[in-house]
Amino acid sequence: MQWINILVQGSLLGGFYALFAIGLSMSFGIMRLVNIAHGDFIVLSAYVGMIAVDATGLNPFLSLIIVMPAMFLLGYALQRGLLNFTLSGGLLPPLLVTFGISVIIQNGLLQGFGAYDHRLKEGAIETASLHLPGGFDVGVFPLLVFAVAVASIGSLQVLFYWTRLGRAFRAVSDDADTAELMGIDNRKLYAVAFGIAMVFTAIAGILFGIRTIFDPAAGPIRLILAFEAVIIGGLGSLWGTLIGGMVLGIAQEIGAALNPNWQILAGHVAFLALLIMRPSGLFPRTRD
Amino acid sequence: MDAAVESVRVERATKASRVFAVLAALALAALISLPWWGDAGDMRLIAEMAYYVALAQLWNLLAGYAGLVSVGQQAYVGLGGYMLFYLTGVWNMNVYAAALIAGPFAGLVAIPVSFAVFRLRGAYFAIGTWVVSEVFALLASLIAVLGAGSGLSLTVPILQEISTHRDTRDAILYLMTLGASLFVTGIVYLLLRSRHGLALTAIRDSEPASASLGVNTFGTKFIIYIATATCTGLIGALIFLQKLRISPEAGFSINDWTVVVIFMVVIGGIGTIEGPFIGMLIFIFLREWLADYGTYYLILLGLIAIVIMLKAPSGIWGWVIQRYDLQLFPVGRRLVLRPLEKAAKR
Repeated sequence: MQWINILVQGSLLGGFYALFAIGLSMSFGIMRLVNIAHGDFIVLSAYVGMIAVDATGLNPFLSLIIVMPAMFLLGYALQRGLLNFTLSGGLLPPLLVTFGISVIIQNGLLQGFGAYDHRLKEGAIETASLHLPGGFDVGVFPLLVFAVAVASIGSLQVLFYWTRLGRAFRAVSDDADTAELMGIDNRKLYAVAFGIAMVFTAIAGILFGIRTIFDPAAGPIRLILAFEAVIIGGLGSLWGTLIGGMVLGIAQEIGAALNPNWQILAGHVAFLALLIMRPSGLFPRTRD
Repeated sequence: MDAAVESVRVERATKASRVFAVLAALALAALISLPWWGDAGDMRLIAEMAYYVALAQLWNLLAGYAGLVSVGQQAYVGLGGYMLFYLTGVWNMNVYAAALIAGPFAGLVAIPVSFAVFRLRGAYFAIGTWVVSEVFALLASLIAVLGAGSGLSLTVPILQEISTHRDTRDAILYLMTLGASLFVTGIVYLLLRSRHGLALTAIRDSEPASASLGVNTFGTKFIIYIATATCTGLIGALIFLQKLRISPEAGFSINDWTVVVIFMVVIGGIGTIEGPFIGMLIFIFLREWLADYGTYYLILLGLIAIVIMLKAPSGIWGWVIQRYDLQLFPVGRRLVLRPLEKAAKR
């Protein structure tokens, strides 16, 4: 029974990590952008949500009406004005520039809001749980997060495979130069892609802010968890990212069951072990 | 092109590099004599500059030459620091011996780590090295003998082993850090002048081309990774010998030991020995200048690094080389052709 519980809790946790990872997976899959600042964008979204809630008195979930467009615009502008210029010369330029953005966000938040913990208060849903037959409890909020992750990936799947925009995304992902020859404006398309990625980052950020406390330094570990989910799942496959997140979540729950202090460590070890065995992940779709 | 060339020579040192060598020797003499004319604050600042130069040289060797863009070098800084505290505190080892062992220990740990991370390429390698460092940090926070989450402090008897006088101790620690930094810069310089350096420069310029010309790219990278980890461990031990205490967050801090170091290298000029010095000076200058304004210096450093990466990716020293053909550390070779008429005039 305990093992089923671990599997269920780990899978739900995995939904959370997959949600962290969607934005990263998109920018990595479409423009090969290694976005080191991704975790900080999640935290920034939570702060923007906090400001919106304080200013309007909205419920944190509803603050997404403000946070999603705000993050879309930020993403679009950053990609057009900055990140597009990093994509032609190997790994170092995007890595360094996003490290720069990461340091700027972290220290900007630190200067603006101090090093204190914050939290988005949602109320009853944070602690509500369902009693399932067999005697174990499932939190309503983790279940909701998992559903949001599945719905997000599903909607992106529709976007990628049923729309003109999605076809263009797949085209530039497969071969950017040829796509450009076929009349696609890659720079504009990348900006739209990063904007959309940031919308999902905003959703992840708000749910993150409701689930746990956050502070300006909370970004890097979210980035690592998101990267682990993406890489375990395989580059460019969003359902793979969900599975990757679940593998990570289950590994963490197993670690936590053995010793509460081993949770994150067990996830890292499982990640490294999987990476050594299958360097391109479980379900690779995009060629690196 | 006429064939009237009398002599062909390959030169390494240039006039500029000879002048620089003299100036550098004078500056070094001044730094070595600092304990006799400077105060403890000066020594602390110069020691910090020294270890940052060493870390920057090492990351530059890894990423700028060997193409190994690691963001996990903090793993070896923390490992070196913890090893020093563990050996002196738990095994009662002599502090100098412990500092000397810390480096090779980090190098030894780097061997199995390299087996894992060398299977990864590009971005995966970068993230993989970071995760390894996180694993070390989490392990350190779980092991009771390493002080778990709160870390370790150097006890007074260990410090008195160095010297019972505070001033003498400060001077010895300062000279040790300066010496280690010189040692590391010297190793990097000699390595780049050796045949491995030629291989490294070739890998820097084009990995497939150098491999096709018979450069053992894997072997060269492996040696560089292990050597870098060893030196980083030594520097880590000396950093925390100065700081007197270590914790998992401080020891394995990616921001302190890797991110700002990457910024220094890129701002100064990646793939050159001169670049890390320039980048370090800019970092220290910004920090001291904006010391009263919290962490704004880091924001400014990040902005400068972004602008340099996009507008002048070869960094400040790269720009100088392009304009003035200057090389202060003669690691390259230049062909000198002396035309016939000029030779005949003499």
